[in-house]
Amino acid sequence: MKRFIATFAALAALATPALAAEGETHAPEAYNWSWEGPFGTFDDEQLQRGFQVYQEVCASCHSMDLLSFRNLGQPGGPFEYLPDLEHEGELINYPNPNDNPVVIDIASRYTYTAIDPETGEEIERQGIPADRFPNPFANRAQAAASNGGAVPPDFSVIVKARSGGAEYIRSLLLGYDSEVPADITLLPGQHYNPYFAGGVLAMGPQLFDGAVSYTGDTPQTAEQYATDVAAFLAWASEPHMEQRKRMGLGVMIFLLIFSILMWLAYRQLWANVKH
Amino acid sequence: MSHQSAYEPKTGIEKWLDARLPIVRLGYDSFVDFPTPRNLNYWYTFGGILAVFLVIQILSGVVLAMHYVPHIDYAFDSVERIRRDVNYGWLIQGMHANGASFFFVAVYLHMFRGLFYGSYKAPREVLWIIGVVIYLLMMAAAFMGYVLPWGQMSYWGATVITNLVGALPVVGEGIKQWLWGDFAVGNATLNRFFSLHYLLPFLIAGLVILHIWALHVPGNNNPTGVEVKGKGDTLPFHPYYTVKDGFAIVVFLLIFAGFVFYLPNALGHADNSIEANPLVTPAHIVPEWYFLPFYAILRAVTFDFGPISAKLGGVLAMFGAIGVLFVLPWLDRSPVKSMRYRPIAKWCFLIFVIACLGLGWCGAENPDNLVFEFGGFGMPFVVLSQILTAYYFAYFLVILPVLAYVEKPKARPESIEASVLGSSPAAVPAE
Repeated sequence: MKRFIATFAALAALATPALAAEGETHAPEAYNWSWEGPFGTFDDEQLQRGFQVYQEVCASCHSMDLLSFRNLGQPGGPFEYLPDLEHEGELINYPNPNDNPVVIDIASRYTYTAIDPETGEEIERQGIPADRFPNPFANRAQAAASNGGAVPPDFSVIVKARSGGAEYIRSLLLGYDSEVPADITLLPGQHYNPYFAGGVLAMGPQLFDGAVSYTGDTPQTAEQYATDVAAFLAWASEPHMEQRKRMGLGVMIFLLIFSILMWLAYRQLWANVKH
Repeated sequence: MSHQSAYEPKTGIEKWLDARLPIVRLGYDSFVDFPTPRNLNYWYTFGGILAVFLVIQILSGVVLAMHYVPHIDYAFDSVERIRRDVNYGWLIQGMHANGASFFFVAVYLHMFRGLFYGSYKAPREVLWIIGVVIYLLMMAAAFMGYVLPWGQMSYWGATVITNLVGALPVVGEGIKQWLWGDFAVGNATLNRFFSLHYLLPFLIAGLVILHIWALHVPGNNNPTGVEVKGKGDTLPFHPYYTVKDGFAIVVFLLIFAGFVFYLPNALGHADNSIEANPLVTPAHIVPEWYFLPFYAILRAVTFDFGPISAKLGGVLAMFGAIGVLFVLPWLDRSPVKSMRYRPIAKWCFLIFVIACLGLGWCGAENPDNLVFEFGGFGMPFVVLSQILTAYYFAYFLVILPVLAYVEKPKARPESIEASVLGSSPAAVPAE
């Protein structure tokens, strides 16, 4: 449906050349995600890579206030299954994310300020899986001041909060090499991106080939990074998507059979009644 | 209720209770033995569907209220927390948010059915008016419910709609601040909207009981519009209509489940996943889809009319669009109920349905956008919405009143039984 609307919008734009100024916002590029369709699921390895890109690149400006480290290891999360080091090629499931070694390790790399219950003084402590992702800024004013006045949006539900969703995120991240149209003048600290509404934004290009080192043999290109981080953000916006679709299948089958039975009961009862 | 009670208490306890509180008798007479026209089609199943959705909304809403925090600093996060951390919260919140949309799908089909088969006419005027009151309360409940997640559309929708009250002369500003509880939409507004959002469904439930009572006094209308004349015209509600309504309810739930489980955000707006920010106005403020036709009517009035400003005119037109429904039974004086037998009204009704859908389309678009452009000539959406608004009101205020006198209705069947059995009802014994 979205693609249909996008195509329709593109056709409408072609049909009305007078309106199609050069600063026109581009519709996001279509991409075939692993989670599309009623049976689609997230690709755990892609989510793990996407988390790495978020952590190494995006997290310096963009918070994810609604996510805790434990979410990374919850059912449907990126680190729910970890490679079994003793048996090659097998995976271990950690049903409780608090026991998940990767989640514990990620959390422990951060420090949090806490109150010592004995003395009432502020102390520093290691992060635990229950902690929220740390916010890169102390407050909104600091976030705005560090970014030319524009507060970098929180990423917790960013895919739900943008029309075009993950495709929009991916297109935006890869859209910086377009030529700046003649009618747009960029001030210092501004960048042009045709996928951004209005075309001008404060964030510059962030992803470059080779900038993030993946452990496997996944290509280390800007395009791959953008795709992976968009996938991670899509999961973060809808962390229960897989559970939702799984339960949906059962409910749909149940209701379908139930409706057939109701139809047969209806036919049976009304068979000899003129109506 | 209106028919002779056929309930016979069989056991001792039933007899004992029946002599003290005949509640089993009430249920039996209303939903088991109730004589129902035998020719009701699937358009008549939406009443039952609506009752199911009222229950779904109240049950899911009560659970959501256990987890929701009505405070501007926490509301947005608390709804996300429900979707993330509350057990099956994603399901309950998804059912409630999508349930509102499906409630309106059902109520619109229910109302169009009533309009087509003349169900608002004597002796069902009170039934119809109670229905319009329920619809009005549903709109209020849905509007306030949409504010609760405190997203951008929540906040700006609340701001736009409450500001409309400010268009009223003299008292407007005062009423507006009274509604807000503040000088702007803020925490006080959110709190009272939450309180009222919890209250309204129970008022609706009470009115639904009156609606069913007012239905059971004259009995159901039916697709022929010919009143029930004898026993051969009706069937007991149970099992005939429990099974037919039941089938329709399950099919409707199947479609509903498709949205809840596979397209949970399709009927929402992306901007409502951005937390409310009074300093940033969304590029394009739109209400939920079920309000779009009224939003288009509101924006269609772009001209001052004597002492009435364009803004006030829009507000009056919007409320008038619902207000006119209250007096509809006295506007349409045609003695023929069902439009099956009204050759001209039938087509006017079809155009009316298209006009309502068209207004919905206009409501979703920017008024200055063009509907079409052809060789330098184009029509902006505001013009289309003006044409459709004019038709909307003309349908009730001109077309139906005039048709009552000029239209020549087609021959109607003698009775429901006759319409069901064809031309020779006497040849076939009833049942």
